[in-house]
Amino acid sequence: MAHNPGPNAITDFEQLQSHPALEKLLAWKRDAVLAVKFDRNELTVEIDPSYIREACGILKSTFNFLCDVTCSDWAPSEPRFHVVYHLLSHQLKERVRLKVMVPGDDPVCESVTPLWPGANFFEREIFDLFGVRFLGHPNMRRIMMPEDWEGHPLRKDYPVEGYR
Amino acid sequence: MAHLTYTASAEFTQDKTMILNMGPQHPSTHGVLRLLLEVDGETVVRMVPDIGFLHTGIEKTCEAKFYQQVVPLTDRIDYLCPLINNLTYCLAVEKLLGLEPPPRAQWIRVMLSELTRISSHLVWLGTHALDMGAMTVFLYCFREREEILRIFENVSGQRMMTSYFRIGGLALEPPLDFFDKVKAFAKIFPERIDEYENLLTGNPIWLERTKGVAHISQEDAIAFGVTGPSLRGSGVDFDLRRDMPYSSYDKFQFKVPVRSEGDVFARYMCRVLELRESIGIVKQALEGIPEGDIKADAPKVVLPDREKMKTQMEALIYHFKIVTEGFAVPKGEVYQAVESPRGEMGYYVISDGTGKPYRVHMRSPSYATLHALEKMCVGRLLADVVAAIGSIDIVLGEIDR
Repeated sequence: MAHNPGPNAITDFEQLQSHPALEKLLAWKRDAVLAVKFDRNELTVEIDPSYIREACGILKSTFNFLCDVTCSDWAPSEPRFHVVYHLLSHQLKERVRLKVMVPGDDPVCESVTPLWPGANFFEREIFDLFGVRFLGHPNMRRIMMPEDWEGHPLRKDYPVEGYR
Repeated sequence: MAHLTYTASAEFTQDKTMILNMGPQHPSTHGVLRLLLEVDGETVVRMVPDIGFLHTGIEKTCEAKFYQQVVPLTDRIDYLCPLINNLTYCLAVEKLLGLEPPPRAQWIRVMLSELTRISSHLVWLGTHALDMGAMTVFLYCFREREEILRIFENVSGQRMMTSYFRIGGLALEPPLDFFDKVKAFAKIFPERIDEYENLLTGNPIWLERTKGVAHISQEDAIAFGVTGPSLRGSGVDFDLRRDMPYSSYDKFQFKVPVRSEGDVFARYMCRVLELRESIGIVKQALEGIPEGDIKADAPKVVLPDREKMKTQMEALIYHFKIVTEGFAVPKGEVYQAVESPRGEMGYYVISDGTGKPYRVHMRSPSYATLHALEKMCVGRLLADVVAAIGSIDIVLGEIDR
């Protein structure tokens, strides 16, 4: 999580391990958690890309609600895409943000649709606008743009005015 | 989007089922939603929503604007509740900046948010009833909505695209007669809710068309990311205003209506009861409104008053700098969610330390709820699809962004 630590961000595992989400993840598999950040009262956990679906499955019992899946493009730096999951716990009234770094040359990420069917549309949106593909997604097609559209509009190398 | 091709599912042969196209011009799809329905006689076998007709790339546009220039774009996402969208974005940027608006601004924000919720629910109630054949309710609802829009015009100069909340507070001090107008509205409105309820709640035709229709269980509603009144209609007692309060909502007393049936009627009751709670919050806000500033004391972020600009050199310089080059926001990322009339409206804003947001993403409640529509309709009658669409209260501007 070299990117964007706020001025007062805490990135130390020791200080944060009492947070319910991080505690659960560390108890499950220490290697899957690459970095952690507590900034402006929000916890961000970076997960190893190969473990994201399992990590979500581990968290699902407490953080039962998937609010949002989205992505950001950090071109030209690598890994280029950051896929971001916002989970909410109805019971604890807490949120956690999971982050997965996806390389730019072959942007593939594991889908969480098998866990939360609601992720279906969010992942399709990311595929449409960023071009990140999700493995195990039932219907990986464009959702906002026409099917024959070329390019992925929210990528940073796509001009704001579009191609004319 | 539009060029969607569609084939009948394998288990139903082509001569048994039929593909039916609904929308995007169909009036009861509340905007430009296209549904592809596979029907077996009168029963819906499959449903594929086709969206994107209103996609304007607002998220991309935000990346090219200064932070303060994004506020008017947020109105246009969910055009039925502009002020709540303004609020969410402003709260997100304030969280990035570490800025807290003064109490008076927060209370006016709460009051206007609740009026927005009422006006949005009135459009929902009117159109939902209209879809089901009860035309009178529509006229009644728009009568009250008009009064709320007049209040918005009075306070912000605009009826719909208000852009009244600014980063760090409000755009202007409300005019002198504003609070009287809100008070007059708060006085008459509870009786008006009785009028709507008299027309619908006990009406046998209404009950016939809503009870037990388009059911969604609690587990499914959570799995599909349904939020707001639609989730509370399925028995989940969760409201961001109460459970994760923002903008001084913790200082207000209100109940969160929850119903366990999970059908169209339960969602209808949740929203109608919410109307009563919202007007209660407006009344509390009117009674206890604190005196003081309406903008935070942060000259590098908040535009100075006109008066100061005419007398103080610094104010003029700050004004020039904010308008021409924006203000730098410290690096970081935040996710700010509020309870919009449709559910959890969330803004995910990333700052890279410059004057323009690196990324703005809107988590729109309708987007997730629309996905759950299939769950509500499959295996049920075609006529109930219209009831289901009305009951989840979607706004297509928010879905397509």
